Amino acid sequence: MKKNHLEVSRDIRKIIIDRAYSCGQPAHLGGALSMVDLLTVLYEDFLRFDSSNPLCIDRDIFILSKGHTVLGYFATLFYYDYFSEEVFDTFQQNGSKLIAHPIKNLKYGIESSNGSLGQGISYAAGMALAYKKKSLPNKVYVMMGDGECNEGSVWEAAQFAAEFKLNNLVAIVDQNGFRNDGATAYSDVLHLAKMWGSFGWNVIEVNGHDHLEIHKAYTLAAMNDDKPTVVVANTIKGKGISLMENNNDWHHNRITKSSYDQFIGELMGNNNGN
Amino acid sequence: MEINKKIAKRWSRMGPRAVYGKVMATIAKENDDVLLMSADLGRSSGLASFYQNHPERFVNVGIAEQNMIGVAAGMTRVDYKVYASTFAPFASMRAAEQVRMNMGYMHEPVKLVALGSGLAMGFLGNSHFGLEDVAVMKTIPDLTIISPADCIELDKVMNATLNYDHPVYIRLTGTVNSPIVYEDDYDFEIGKPNWIIEKGLINVIAMGTTVGQAKQAVDRLNAEGYNIGLLNMHTIKPFNKEIVLDGIKASKQLFIFEEHTKVGGLVSSIYELLIEENITSVDVVTKSLPDQYLETGEYEYLISLYGLDGESIYNQMKENIERMSNAQAST
Repeated sequence: MKKNHLEVSRDIRKIIIDRAYSCGQPAHLGGALSMVDLLTVLYEDFLRFDSSNPLCIDRDIFILSKGHTVLGYFATLFYYDYFSEEVFDTFQQNGSKLIAHPIKNLKYGIESSNGSLGQGISYAAGMALAYKKKSLPNKVYVMMGDGECNEGSVWEAAQFAAEFKLNNLVAIVDQNGFRNDGATAYSDVLHLAKMWGSFGWNVIEVNGHDHLEIHKAYTLAAMNDDKPTVVVANTIKGKGISLMENNNDWHHNRITKSSYDQFIGELMGNNNGN
Repeated sequence: MEINKKIAKRWSRMGPRAVYGKVMATIAKENDDVLLMSADLGRSSGLASFYQNHPERFVNVGIAEQNMIGVAAGMTRVDYKVYASTFAPFASMRAAEQVRMNMGYMHEPVKLVALGSGLAMGFLGNSHFGLEDVAVMKTIPDLTIISPADCIELDKVMNATLNYDHPVYIRLTGTVNSPIVYEDDYDFEIGKPNWIIEKGLINVIAMGTTVGQAKQAVDRLNAEGYNIGLLNMHTIKPFNKEIVLDGIKASKQLFIFEEHTKVGGLVSSIYELLIEENITSVDVVTKSLPDQYLETGEYEYLISLYGLDGESIYNQMKENIERMSNAQAST
């Protein structure tokens, strides 16, 4: 029987914890966990892809611009059979291609190399413009962080996408409120949704863990006819593991054996993921 | 395209920027997938007529060079052949990390055209000079760096890069009335520098429009009875060690001229080669731009001031050739 979305999100979170533990290295966990629900709804209901034919030309494109949270992305790609367990076993192992940031590998469903923040949106906008010019129906989704929106190049791209009316481009901002050194300034001094709106984007603000709200936002994004859409998703960094939630110690950290058992117990005991 | 003296002369008068626009308009007519991009310098790069004829294949990304590189790479992914242009320091330094990620790391075969490099910006000054671009771009693995010697070669470069599946940084130096190097057709191959004047015991290596300046000097000296060769180092990376080494090994005296800071340019690449190969037998004379912010003024004034016009190159060569022969005579 097909799993429901909450089960999918739960399973992807479990894969994240499994890999973070088994790789024996610190991993970017907080931001990986915060975007899981956004990825689940995207891959389940919106993104056109075929992991058995990853290069199919009518696929939609997903770009992970907040590259350091790649473990959440790899877990999703693994869940959808882009690569084998054996390949995933190399995560953060010496000499591996699956490292702490995405390296473009179309066979594995990884559309771009990222890691330097603020660049994925330009690349995504370029693809979106090319699809539009060729009258192709492909959509381009780009996942960014709120901390990433500090980068000036994000706003170069934001202006560009609005000017060129890239209605086939959807930016998703995983607004978990934190960057490496602590809270972002987007909760008090600055207001991200208003910033994107003032840059000419169609802005939809959602609870980034509410699958129905996310579903509605992606649906509206697909219907917009003359603007790029940004889904500003309010999320909880470390979502799903109470010890990690809003605890920036888990921005980048290692999971020990005893905490691993505790985290898996919490995830699997809590079926709704909310 | 037919190449003859008349065209060489006309294009030299137009200068590299205008010829770039003209050449690309011709290429775009025959290739539907060619797209030109500019960071709001379309009018300054001879692209106005291109825009009029192919508005759907011209993208002005605005004054946003970092974004331009990412957008160009993304469009390349969807099978456009993208030539993105802006002034050299903005292409190579402002957007250096975007070039590194998109064109280097991801190997998207964007053609990045650096306009007005070297001292061509004249009175616009150091903010606009392309003094360090080769040095910066050279550090990016797998990025090809080409600098055409004149406007005929510019045409060759644009055509050769069209189906070249690698990212390229194309460095355009010189301005209107830049010296003519080629008046007849010839074989241009990326990565294979050409001996414009057959190699002798004394040889010159230069890149970009400095080749034409050096050619004026070498022609004069050879008319005086010397036998001096001239190598047009149009591809700076990948660096063709074989051809350069062959030239060095034939030389008793080697001259290298570049309109670029002495830090990390052509001279630097050749010095590295000399050390790697443990070659000490050749007398090497170089002229680069000094490692400092430079004077501004008309282009001809500047290349003369910094010893890189035909006349200055002639004088430096003559003096050093005489120094060599005097030294040999005294031993």
